[in-house]
Amino acid sequence: MMTETAAAQDLLQSTKDGVLSLTLNRPQVLNALTHPMLETLMASLKKAEKDAAVRVVVLSAAGRAFCAGADLGDLKKGYEAGNAPSLGTELRGWFNPLIAQIRSMEKPVVCAVNGIAAGAGASLALACDIKICGEKAKFMLAFVQVGLAPDSGISHSIVRTMGLSKALEHAWTARGIHADQALACGLVNQVVPAEELEKATHRQVEALLKAPPRAVALTKRLLNRAQSTTFEEQMEYEAQIQEVLGKTKDHLEGVTAFLEGRPPAFKGE
Amino acid sequence: MPSAKAADPKSEVLVETRGAVGLVRLNRPEVLNALSYSVMEKVVEALEAFDRDDAIRCIVLAGSAKAFAAGADIKELEGAKIHDMVYNQQMPRWDRIRRVQKPIVAAVSGFALGGGCELAMACDLIVASETAVFGQPEINIGVMPGAGGTQRLTRAVGKAVAMDMVLTGRRMAAQEALQRGLVARVVPVEAFLDEAMAVAQAIAAKPPIAVLMAKDGVSRALDTSLETALSYERKLFYLLFGTEDQKEGMAAFREKRKPSFKGK
Repeated sequence: MMTETAAAQDLLQSTKDGVLSLTLNRPQVLNALTHPMLETLMASLKKAEKDAAVRVVVLSAAGRAFCAGADLGDLKKGYEAGNAPSLGTELRGWFNPLIAQIRSMEKPVVCAVNGIAAGAGASLALACDIKICGEKAKFMLAFVQVGLAPDSGISHSIVRTMGLSKALEHAWTARGIHADQALACGLVNQVVPAEELEKATHRQVEALLKAPPRAVALTKRLLNRAQSTTFEEQMEYEAQIQEVLGKTKDHLEGVTAFLEGRPPAFKGE
Repeated sequence: MPSAKAADPKSEVLVETRGAVGLVRLNRPEVLNALSYSVMEKVVEALEAFDRDDAIRCIVLAGSAKAFAAGADIKELEGAKIHDMVYNQQMPRWDRIRRVQKPIVAAVSGFALGGGCELAMACDLIVASETAVFGQPEINIGVMPGAGGTQRLTRAVGKAVAMDMVLTGRRMAAQEALQRGLVARVVPVEAFLDEAMAVAQAIAAKPPIAVLMAKDGVSRALDTSLETALSYERKLFYLLFGTEDQKEGMAAFREKRKPSFKGK
C-alpha cells in the first residue's frame, strides 16, 4: 500500500491562471499507472469539474515517456498461484471511469505527449480532447504483446480516426504509431519539436482560455454526441444546444463585440 | 405571461402557474428530493388542485437539474412494521395520481430512483435531460418497488429489462430510456424544464376535452383487453362529436385557418 504522499509524488498537481496541470511523475518506470495515481487523477478531475478557478486541464508526463500503461504491480496477486486476474473488474473499477470522466467532463483536457504512450497509457492520452505531441511521441497498442486486446476506450477512438484496417494492423502488431503518422490520420492535433512541446501546449491552452466557456463546454458535449447519432438526430441536438447558448450573455457579448469591431470579453455567463 | 403566481421558495414543494400550465416542483435539494410522506401529500394535493382548476390545461411535475427524486425517505420507512405499512394509509395516496384527468408531464433530470422513478412513471409522459438516470434499486435495501415500479416499468420497457433493473438494481441512463420507450424526449440538461414546459404548453393549446379523452384512451391501452379498449376508444371518439371544439377544429382545417378552441 502506497502512502498518500507517495501518490502525490507520482502525480504532480498545480493550479495557476485557470489551468490545472497534472503531471504523471514516475519517470523511472515510464510513468506506469498505479491505483493510487488513478485515484488521485480521478479525484483531481472531479474536483476540477466543479472548481470555478479551473477552466482547462493539462495532462503531461515527466521524463522521456508519456506513460507505459497500467502498473502490473497492482495485479500481482491476481497472477499468483494459478489464479487469473479479473481484468474486466479492473477496467470497470479503475480505467473506464477515468476515461469516461475525461470524455464527459465539460472543461477541456489538453494532453502533452512527450514520448511513448503504450497500452492504457495510449488510451489515456487519446481520451483527452486535444493532443499536442513532441516529435518523439509514439502510440503503441501494446496489448497484444501480453495476449490482450485494446482497452480503456482506445478501440473506439482508433477505429474512428484511422479506419478499421489500420486500427487492426496496429492492434495486431503493436507497431508504434509515430507522432507524424498520428497527425496525418487525425489521431492528434499537432506535432512540434520536443523542446517546444511545453510552449505549444501553452499556446493551445491560451486560446481555450480566451474562448467563451459555455460554448466550449457545450461544443465538447455536442461533438462527443456526434459519434453515436444519426445526421437528423445530431441536427436536432445542435438546435437544442444552440437554443441554450443563444440565451447566454457571452453570445450577446460576441455579437456586440463583432458589430463594434472589438475583441470580445467572455465571462462564462 | 398571464397570471404567473410565484411560489414560496422555502417550501418543500413549489407550486406555480405559467399560463395554462401548472408547475409542481420538488424542492428538497439537500436530500436530492427524497419523497417523504409529507412531500408526497403536497405533490398529490397540488396535482389534484390543478386538476380542479379550469384555467389549467396541463401539469408539469419537475425536480431539480441534479435530481428529480432520489427515492423514498428511508428514515420514515426503516423502523416500520407490517401493520404500520398496512394501516398508515401512506401508499394508497399514489392511486390519486392515476385519477388526475389532465395530462401530467414529468420533467426529469439527474436521479429518478426508486420512488422517484415510480413518480416519473406515474406521470403521462417523461421529458428527460441527458443526465437523467432511472432505476429501481429497492432490492439493494431489502425490499422491492412498492409504488408501481414493477408494473409501470414492465409496461414501459418490457419484462426482460424490467426484471434486470428490478432484480439487480441496475440503472438506466437517459439515452437508453429513450430507446426503450421509457421517456418521450431527451434534451440537454440546461433545457429540460423549458422543453417540458413547451410540451405542456403545446398540450394546453389543444382542445381540452379531446386531450382528456385521448389521455384516457391511451391510459386504457395498458390495463384492459384490446377488444374492450378499442370499444372504449370508439365511444370516447363518438363523444367528441358532441363538442363545439370538434366543429371548430374541422371547420378551421377546411378553411385553412388556425382553430380557436373553447373547451366546450
